[in-house]
Amino acid sequence: MTATQAPRLQLLDGGAAITASALAAGCRFFAGYPMSPFTGLLESMSRELPEVGGVCMNAESEIEAVNMALGASAAGTRAATGSCGQGIALMQEAVAEMALNETPMVLFNMARNQQDYFQCTRGGGWGDYRTITLAPKDVPEAVEHTQLLFHLAEKYRAPVIMYGDPILAQTQVGVEIRELDFGPLPPKDWALDGSTGGSGRSRQIWTWAMGKTTDPGLGPDGQWRMIAEKFAAIEAVEQRSESYLVEDAETVVVAFGTAALFAAHVVDELRAQGHLVGLFRPITLWPFPATALEAATRSARRVLVFELNAGQMLDDVRQYVYDRDTVRFIGGVSIHDSGMSFGPLLDAAPIKERILAELDRPSTQEVAP
Amino acid sequence: MTESRIIDTTKAPPPPAELAAKAHPDLILGEHGLCPGCGEPVALRLLLEVLQELDVVQRSIGVVGHGCYGSFVQIMDVEVLQCLHGRAPSCATGIKRVRPDGVVFTMQGDGDMVNEGLQEVLHTAARGENVTCILLNNGVFGDTGGQQTATTVIGQRTKTSLDGRDPKTHGYPIPIADLVASLDGVAYVARGAVSSAGSVARTKRLIRTAFEHQLAGSGFSLVEILTMCPTGWFVPAAAGPDYLTESLEKTYPLGELPLRPIRLEAGR
Ligand code: SF4
Repeated sequence: MTATQAPRLQLLDGGAAITASALAAGCRFFAGYPMSPFTGLLESMSRELPEVGGVCMNAESEIEAVNMALGASAAGTRAATGSCGQGIALMQEAVAEMALNETPMVLFNMARNQQDYFQCTRGGGWGDYRTITLAPKDVPEAVEHTQLLFHLAEKYRAPVIMYGDPILAQTQVGVEIRELDFGPLPPKDWALDGSTGGSGRSRQIWTWAMGKTTDPGLGPDGQWRMIAEKFAAIEAVEQRSESYLVEDAETVVVAFGTAALFAAHVVDELRAQGHLVGLFRPITLWPFPATALEAATRSARRVLVFELNAGQMLDDVRQYVYDRDTVRFIGGVSIHDSGMSFGPLLDAAPIKERILAELDRPSTQEVAP
Repeated sequence: MTESRIIDTTKAPPPPAELAAKAHPDLILGEHGLCPGCGEPVALRLLLEVLQELDVVQRSIGVVGHGCYGSFVQIMDVEVLQCLHGRAPSCATGIKRVRPDGVVFTMQGDGDMVNEGLQEVLHTAARGENVTCILLNNGVFGDTGGQQTATTVIGQRTKTSLDGRDPKTHGYPIPIADLVASLDGVAYVARGAVSSAGSVARTKRLIRTAFEHQLAGSGFSLVEILTMCPTGWFVPAAAGPDYLTESLEKTYPLGELPLRPIRLEAGR
C-alpha cells in the first residue's frame, strides 16, 4: 500500500468482520449451531460463504458442527467452527481428537465473558494436548488474529482457538479487510482426496498413527511423543504479548482481551495522576507469554491480575511472574442479568478503584519482617 | 439325468473353486486379526470389491468409527478418516460437501451408529447428504466384550443383559434402517446379512446399488449388514450364522426397505 492510499474501511460488527477476514484467509467451510453471542458469526458466515463457493452448515448440534468441520478439514479445506462456553464444552471431544490426529481447525469462542479461560487453555478433552489460544482486545485485532489462526492451524496441523467475548462479537467498527501473509506453509500432502486408494499406502487420518500393514507408521507411543514435541516447540516460539508502560512501573496490571482495553485506559488515567502503573497483556493465552511476563514484572512491587472470572489466568500469572509473592487478584465474577455478557465490573471506574485500593496497601515485601 | 452331473464329493474340489477360495481382494493388504467366525471382515471385503467394480477406488474416502472393524484402517487400501465414536456421518458430511466428486462412505457398528451416533445418522439422512453409510449390526458391543447395544434383540443374551434382553428392563431395539427409510432426503435403504453364501451375494448387490445412488447424486443411502459376532454372543464360531438367522434376522428382515410414500421433493 502506498502512503497516498487511504485504507478502505468497512463498517462491520465483530462477527461480520471475522467472517470477512476468514474468507480472505481462504476459509471455505464453516459449521455452527446458534448460541449467543456466537450467533452473529454463524449468520454472517451463512450469508458470505456461499458467495465465494464455500459451504456453511447450520448444524443440528455443536457436536455435529465440529465433526463436520473436522471432515472438511481432513479433506484439505480451510475449515472453522465455533460457539461459546457450553457449546465449546460439547466440542472438546473433537478438539482433543484433532490435536492428536493432526487436523487443523479454527474455533471461534465468541464467549459470554472471561470464564472460559480454563476451557480454552486447559482443554477438557482427553490426552496430552494444548490449543493455541489468541485473545484479541478489539475487532481490528480479531480481524488480524483470524488470519493468523488459520495460518497457525495449518502450520502446526492443530486445532486453535480465538477467545472472544460479546463486546468483540457485537461492536461495530470500521475495519480494513485484506489478505495477510504470514509466510510459507508446509504442503497439504496429508489431506484426504481419495487419490491414493489402491496404492498399498493409501492415506489415513487416525489418532493412533498405526499406518498400513505395508507401512506401519509411528504407532500410538510414537504419535504421543511426536505430538508432545510439537507442543513443546509451539510453546517455545509462539508466545505473544504486549507490554505497556512497564519499564518503570511499580505496579503491573495483567489483563487479557477486552478487559485489557479498559485496563489500558485506567493505566493512562493513573499515570496522568502520577502513579507508576503499567499493563501486561497476554495475547496468546496458550502458549502463555511466560518469558515476557517475567521480564515485565522483574522490578515491579506488585502485580495485579484483572480478569472477569473467579481467578483463572491468575494460575498462569502466579507461575511465571518474577516474584510470586507480589501477585494479587483484583478481578472477579461479574455477569449481566441476561447471563449473556459482562456485568458492571468491566468499566474504567471500578477497575481504577480496585487498583487504587491496592496502591494504598503495603506490598508483601514491605510488611515482611 | 446323466452320471456326469452328480458331484463326486470323494475327491478334492476342482481347481477353479480352489482358486476362488484363495483369491485375495486387491484392496485388502493383510490379515484382519478379528475373531474366527466374525462377519465383519466379510462385509469389509464386499464393500471394497464394490468400490473396485465401480472403478471409484481413487476417489473414495471412508470414515470409520469405533468398534472391532476399526482395525480395518490398517488393512483397507482406501483413504480413511478414523473418527470419534458415532460421529462418522457428520465427518462424512464435511468431506462430501467440500469434495462433491468424492465417493464418501462411513463404516460403523451398531454401538457406534445407533447408540452413540443416533442423532448424527438421522440428521445426515434427513439432510439428504449424498453419502453412503454402512452399518455392521451384530447387536452387541463386540469390541468391549459383548454388552447390550440399542439394536440387541429381545431375548438376546449379552454381558449387560445376562438373562436376555427384556423390554420391561431394557426397552426395545431400534430398527435404524426403518427409521432412516421414513425420512425424506433418503435415496436408498437396504438390509443384508453375511451369514450364508446367498446372503453374502445379495448383500454385495445391495451395497453396489447404494453406491450407484450416491454416484447418481440422488441422496442418502444406508446399507445395514447383519454380521456374526460369536465372541460377543457367547456361541461357538461355527454356530454364528444360525444364531444370526434365528435371532437378529427375525427382528431385522432382510431386503430393500420401502421409502416413505409421501416424499417432499421440492428443491431436489
Ligand atoms: S468381538 Fe465380535 S465383532 Fe469383534 S472381532 Fe470378535 S466376533 Fe467380530
